[in-house]
Amino acid sequence: MKKNIKFISLLLSLIIVFIILLKGLNVSKDYSNEKLNSKIDFSFKVKKLFNDEVINIEDLFNQEDLSVVNIWASWCAPCKDEHPNLMQLKDMNIKVVGINYKDNPKNAKNFLNLLGNPYSEIITDKDGTKSIEFGAIGVPETIVINGKTKSIIKKFIGPLSNENIIEIKSLINEKT
Amino acid sequence: MKKPKFINLILIFVLIFKTSYANELNSQVDQITKNLRCLICQGQSVYDSQSDFAISMKTVVKNKLDEGKEEKEIYEYLKNKYGEWIVYEPELNQNTFLLWLIPLILFIFGGLLITRKVSIK
Amino acid sequence: MSNYFGNYSLYIALIASIYLIIKSYIDTNINIKNLNKNLVLITSVQTVMIIISFISLVVAFIISDFSNETVFNNSHTLKPLFYKISGSWGNHEGSLLLWLLVLSVFLYIFLLKSRSQNTKYRLLTLLFQQIIISGFLIFILLTSNPFNTVFPIPSEGLGLNPILQDPALAIHPPILYFGYVGTSIIFSTSLAALVAGNIGDSWAKHIKSWVLVSWIFLTIGILLGSIWAYYELGWGGFWFWDPVENVSLMPWFCLTALLHTVIVLEKRNLFKEWTIILSITTFSLSMSGTFLVRSGILNSIHTFANDPSRGIFILSFLFVLVIMSVTIFFFNQKKLTSTIKNSFIISKETAILVNNWFMMFFLSVVLVGTIYPIFLEVLNGSKISVGPPFYHNLLIPFLIPFLVFMSFGPSLKWIKDKLKKFEYNLLIIFLASILISYFILINAEKKFLLSVPLIILSFYLLLVTINDFFNKKSSLSQKISHFGFSLLITSILLNGLFSNEFNANMKVGEERKFNDKVIKLNSVNVRDIDNYKSLKANFEIKNQNSFIQLSPEVRIYQQPFTITSEADIKTTLFSDNFLVFNILKDDGYYNVRYQYKPVMIWIWISTILISIGGLLSLIKKNEKKY
Repeated sequence: MKKNIKFISLLLSLIIVFIILLKGLNVSKDYSNEKLNSKIDFSFKVKKLFNDEVINIEDLFNQEDLSVVNIWASWCAPCKDEHPNLMQLKDMNIKVVGINYKDNPKNAKNFLNLLGNPYSEIITDKDGTKSIEFGAIGVPETIVINGKTKSIIKKFIGPLSNENIIEIKSLINEKT
Repeated sequence: MKKPKFINLILIFVLIFKTSYANELNSQVDQITKNLRCLICQGQSVYDSQSDFAISMKTVVKNKLDEGKEEKEIYEYLKNKYGEWIVYEPELNQNTFLLWLIPLILFIFGGLLITRKVSIK
Repeated sequence: MSNYFGNYSLYIALIASIYLIIKSYIDTNINIKNLNKNLVLITSVQTVMIIISFISLVVAFIISDFSNETVFNNSHTLKPLFYKISGSWGNHEGSLLLWLLVLSVFLYIFLLKSRSQNTKYRLLTLLFQQIIISGFLIFILLTSNPFNTVFPIPSEGLGLNPILQDPALAIHPPILYFGYVGTSIIFSTSLAALVAGNIGDSWAKHIKSWVLVSWIFLTIGILLGSIWAYYELGWGGFWFWDPVENVSLMPWFCLTALLHTVIVLEKRNLFKEWTIILSITTFSLSMSGTFLVRSGILNSIHTFANDPSRGIFILSFLFVLVIMSVTIFFFNQKKLTSTIKNSFIISKETAILVNNWFMMFFLSVVLVGTIYPIFLEVLNGSKISVGPPFYHNLLIPFLIPFLVFMSFGPSLKWIKDKLKKFEYNLLIIFLASILISYFILINAEKKFLLSVPLIILSFYLLLVTINDFFNKKSSLSQKISHFGFSLLITSILLNGLFSNEFNANMKVGEERKFNDKVIKLNSVNVRDIDNYKSLKANFEIKNQNSFIQLSPEVRIYQQPFTITSEADIKTTLFSDNFLVFNILKDDGYYNVRYQYKPVMIWIWISTILISIGGLLSLIKKNEKKY
């Protein structure tokens, strides 16, 4: 009897392990929206791309509830790919703050001259640390934040797709 | 004579195992970044990686240290932004206590099994 | 053309498998004297078919037959011949075919070498091994066929990744697979012996060879992987507790435990149940390894293509095998009888139990560390990382008692021994190790809390194993392997305590001070070679007496666009000087990492010694049994 109990319980635990591992296969490997609602510390200053003016980063975001931040660079090929979608956002009157990541200002300005400027403001991030404050991991990345509560609402890792644009639009519209 | 010695050994090591790896490395930035996962690499630490993300992270860690932040605070700050999995050493909390406990329980269990298989006579 | 051969021979092999399963099952239930001639014939046919299939794949790679999808995905006309060949098993489908090849060749060798054994036992082994083989055949044919075709036939392949073109990486999979797949024979024969009722000392003698073969290959396979990581990956490390590495280490712990247990079984007819349990566990770990690495369930630098459907198949197959073996075990347990129930507390048997105890603990640490994140994520949604600090914190403290036990356990006598014997030799050795450790630790920069007992004990064990060469208490193979192991621990410790690293951004012409050395970047030469642009740096490391020149290289490939960094390593018996550099975005600056790594080569040598001990035991037929 005792042996049978041992056997059945071993069998049961094996089946449980099997089910868990099976579920493990389907678990999404998308870690991008791991930490939503994490806080941003706005106590640093940034430099604008176009006139070298130094401002408090806070000033860029405390006017609206939701803001869109896009991290880009002139040397980044997928950034070129998503550019038309960014221009779409501009056409929809959605303000996008650009963070120019590890870039040469001249190249950045040329990039915008050539392809158009979808941003309401652009700040530079020479060493990449400002982007990390926004929870980014690379370029291109688009982050929707709540400037009033200073928290990260949603991250889009990689170039923005049409679906992403629609999602951003509905997020912004919900709040206004 | 042998059995009591067993137990003493076990107790001693269970008590001090957590403090065993206080390695003094070249600098604190290195120490911290060796414990951070490079999120865009496959299985490399921030210390080992030369990717943009890793290089920025090293700067962030250095800046935070210069601001006077402690190692633990820096981990908290980064875990807040990127999730628990950016830190390689799983801290001891309600999610992970089993992680640390299970091997130890198995060790004790194994020891008990052996005492049953072994006779003093 | 070879696609058809390759493909259809697998189908024939599968049909053979089904026949063999049915026939051997029937034959085990009748009292048969010798293996049916047809069984042997069909098994030979199956083996030949699988060999043909494997050769077809290799040929397809050699001739760059891009109508074969696997070749197209993983090869290129410009690849050197050696890497074309090794490319055939360096991908998911090809590596499975290699698994299959070894499964069937080992079975064939088993049949040849087991002619003196009980027929029912041989039939059952055939049966169980065929179950495994058929599972793999179905898996390959359904989800991972290496002979899928591409039309229209591309003119060039996709596989020219330079990182994968490396000699150690090329032979690492076959060697490792001989180790993994060897455990399948152990599994099948153990279950067979259990059902046939011949678990005992004579069976132990026969299976010990298989355990040794598997163990030796697994040890060397792991060694090759570490050597490759050290020389190629540019981080100067040789073990990263990466899930894929862990997955090869786990069966190794199990095999080491099994090796020792089988010795007890052979000598004293004890621990029968535990031997079976270990055999089942070892093979299950090998199979789980296959699952973990190929299913996409893990985050690792070297997982194969992530395909959940393949994962589901292997997982289910693995559990079918495990549940089958557990069931067989429970229903046949009463066949395991022993006249002796327990071992005396001070005896070699107990010492081996203690060895197993620690091996199982080390195994559980690595197992839990590797799969806990998966469990947590499924149950709770949280994603955590389990990295080197976890493994070090749990393993290092337990190494201390392990070293203590290993210093006297192996020389205990069978059945009953006394600990009270006081040997002057050992006292002298102990004092010597304290003295050595004192001088070492004074000079060590990086000490950690447990470094004192660890260094003393590892030197103690090292000296004890050297001392053992001068007495007659154990076999030569044991002496060599144990000496190798103690040398390994000592080298890893010394390397860990005395390694130091320099990491800074430098420009050409700059020099920096580092400890007692000066590091100078003399020049960076840019050249176009073959299919890449080479940036070769010339560094000088000067200290008081001498200087070393190191020339690491950065390579920029175009197809596909990859930048690799080749470290330059100067190796001597005393230390390695390791230098790697990377291009930075900031014009003119290079990131320079220089590492001084003492006794590095001894880590490799000691592992080879461990295997040599095993090899000696395998080939020496007349070795005296201690």
